[in-house]
Amino acid sequence: MRTTAYVALNTYRETVRDKVLYNLLLFALLMISSSYVLGKISVYQEIKIIKDLGLASISIFGMVIAIFIGIGLVSKEIDKRTLYSVLTKPVSRTQFLVGKYLGLCLTLFVNVCVMTLGLYLVLLVMAEPLDPMLLVAIFLIYMKLTVLVAVAILFSTFTTSILAGLFTGFIYVAGYFSADLKNFHTIVDSGIVPILTKGLYYLLPNFRNFDVKSAVVAGLPIEATQVGWAVLYAILYIVLLLVASTWIFQRRNLK
Amino acid sequence: MLVVETVGLTKDYDYGHIKRSRRRALDHLDLSVEQGEIFGLIGPNGAGKTTTLKLLMGLVFPTSGSATILGLPVDDPEVKSQIGYLPEQPYFYDYLTGRELLHHFGELFGLSKPVRKQRAEALLEKVGMSEAADEPLRKYSKGMTQRIGIAQTLMNEPKLVFLDEPMSGLDPVGRREMTSLVRELQRSGVTVFFCSHILPDVEALCDRVAILNQGKLIESGRLSEILDVSIRSVSVVLEDVGESLERACTECAIDVHRVGARLEVSFAEGADFDRLLPAVIEGGARVVSVTPVKQRLEEHFVREVERAGES
Repeated sequence: MRTTAYVALNTYRETVRDKVLYNLLLFALLMISSSYVLGKISVYQEIKIIKDLGLASISIFGMVIAIFIGIGLVSKEIDKRTLYSVLTKPVSRTQFLVGKYLGLCLTLFVNVCVMTLGLYLVLLVMAEPLDPMLLVAIFLIYMKLTVLVAVAILFSTFTTSILAGLFTGFIYVAGYFSADLKNFHTIVDSGIVPILTKGLYYLLPNFRNFDVKSAVVAGLPIEATQVGWAVLYAILYIVLLLVASTWIFQRRNLK
Repeated sequence: MLVVETVGLTKDYDYGHIKRSRRRALDHLDLSVEQGEIFGLIGPNGAGKTTTLKLLMGLVFPTSGSATILGLPVDDPEVKSQIGYLPEQPYFYDYLTGRELLHHFGELFGLSKPVRKQRAEALLEKVGMSEAADEPLRKYSKGMTQRIGIAQTLMNEPKLVFLDEPMSGLDPVGRREMTSLVRELQRSGVTVFFCSHILPDVEALCDRVAILNQGKLIESGRLSEILDVSIRSVSVVLEDVGESLERACTECAIDVHRVGARLEVSFAEGADFDRLLPAVIEGGARVVSVTPVKQRLEEHFVREVERAGES
């Protein structure tokens, strides 16, 4: 456990010393700040615009950080051969992979916190009472990002950084439409299509489970059970992805 | 006691996406390394040296055969805490400083903070990197990276170290320091497994060697057993040599070579020079040096590799 923590902390150190991260974070904060201007020009809708744009920025930039840094975590180590000196220490491949995953989750957590502070700061400037429900939406965005990091890690254990990025991007988009796959047989009901679409529905992550942005912005209540199920779903999905990643990585020849 | 043993160790690599092909990188390697010795694994590029090391380090998996380190299977977690490994052209986390790298690897070895600090400082001093210890590795030259690589290899005070081309990137001073470091390790009871194609280094350092070619072991044993220890020829350097003496040298020597005022003469046997000695003295020439020439590892290696290639 301690070894995994050391790998995670070093991964965190790696990501926070990466200039790309700061560029992305700066851009995200600029986006959140710009919602202030957009809010000003939107009659009666200013707070809604700020919240909408703020949450969307956290989600999009979190996704970009998760994919761009996540795909490189393992494949970059293989390409640059930096993991040779790590895996010849008393570090198992599982500890290495889980450590890398947790390290990036920690980076994302810090980044999401910074972006959240940015959003609350804009709302404070607008003299808007701080809405604690925003934190629920942001928490679920974070859970979604932790699933996405696990997807990126899975792909980076067996393919190149570029392909891993493409595949993870595809899964992210598909994850928003996986719910539609469940009912696809009502549109096309022939041959193996229903079996295939149902299979894909269960295989792909359903990112809609984590999307409560619209409800929070509209001031609708969010059930605690809904949040609980989403967290449980994320944990289960992450565990499965990490088990699959470890299984592949343990069999990989590091040429 | 055997600290490294491989039995029939074989590795095939698959390559190609559409049309799959197989290439044998290592072919039934039987190798044993005794405790406390400096063992050299030599071979031309692509001979299978690095593949052997990667198999021993558990970075790649054997197609067949087995290997043990310190009497344990190579995938036993206990093995890694007792060995040190310097990869060929090592790459480390370049966002870390030299000191941070040693501390991080110390953490992975489960060393306490005071022990990490004490060992890191001592090793930085030993490899001459104390002054550059707080610079990020991305600013290091190849030689500096190699030095910090050696330091990380010794962080856990290993019983056995694997060095893959350790002299690579080092200047003459660095090479000399590395040579004395390897000898110092041996004196302190550490077994050194040394991979190189710089044969004079291997000859100067190793107790035993194994020669690999195209994945196959073609010879192994003590240097004194492998090399012909008898004097092969005598090399004489003369000064102030007149024309008639130079002609006499050309007649009885196997090679005559003039460098400025000096004449370098190779005789097949010492007796040939003995016969010429009176003429040298009479001719007013001066003998600068007389060196008996024995078989060098390089010569033996080239011959064995060529012989293996022919068969």
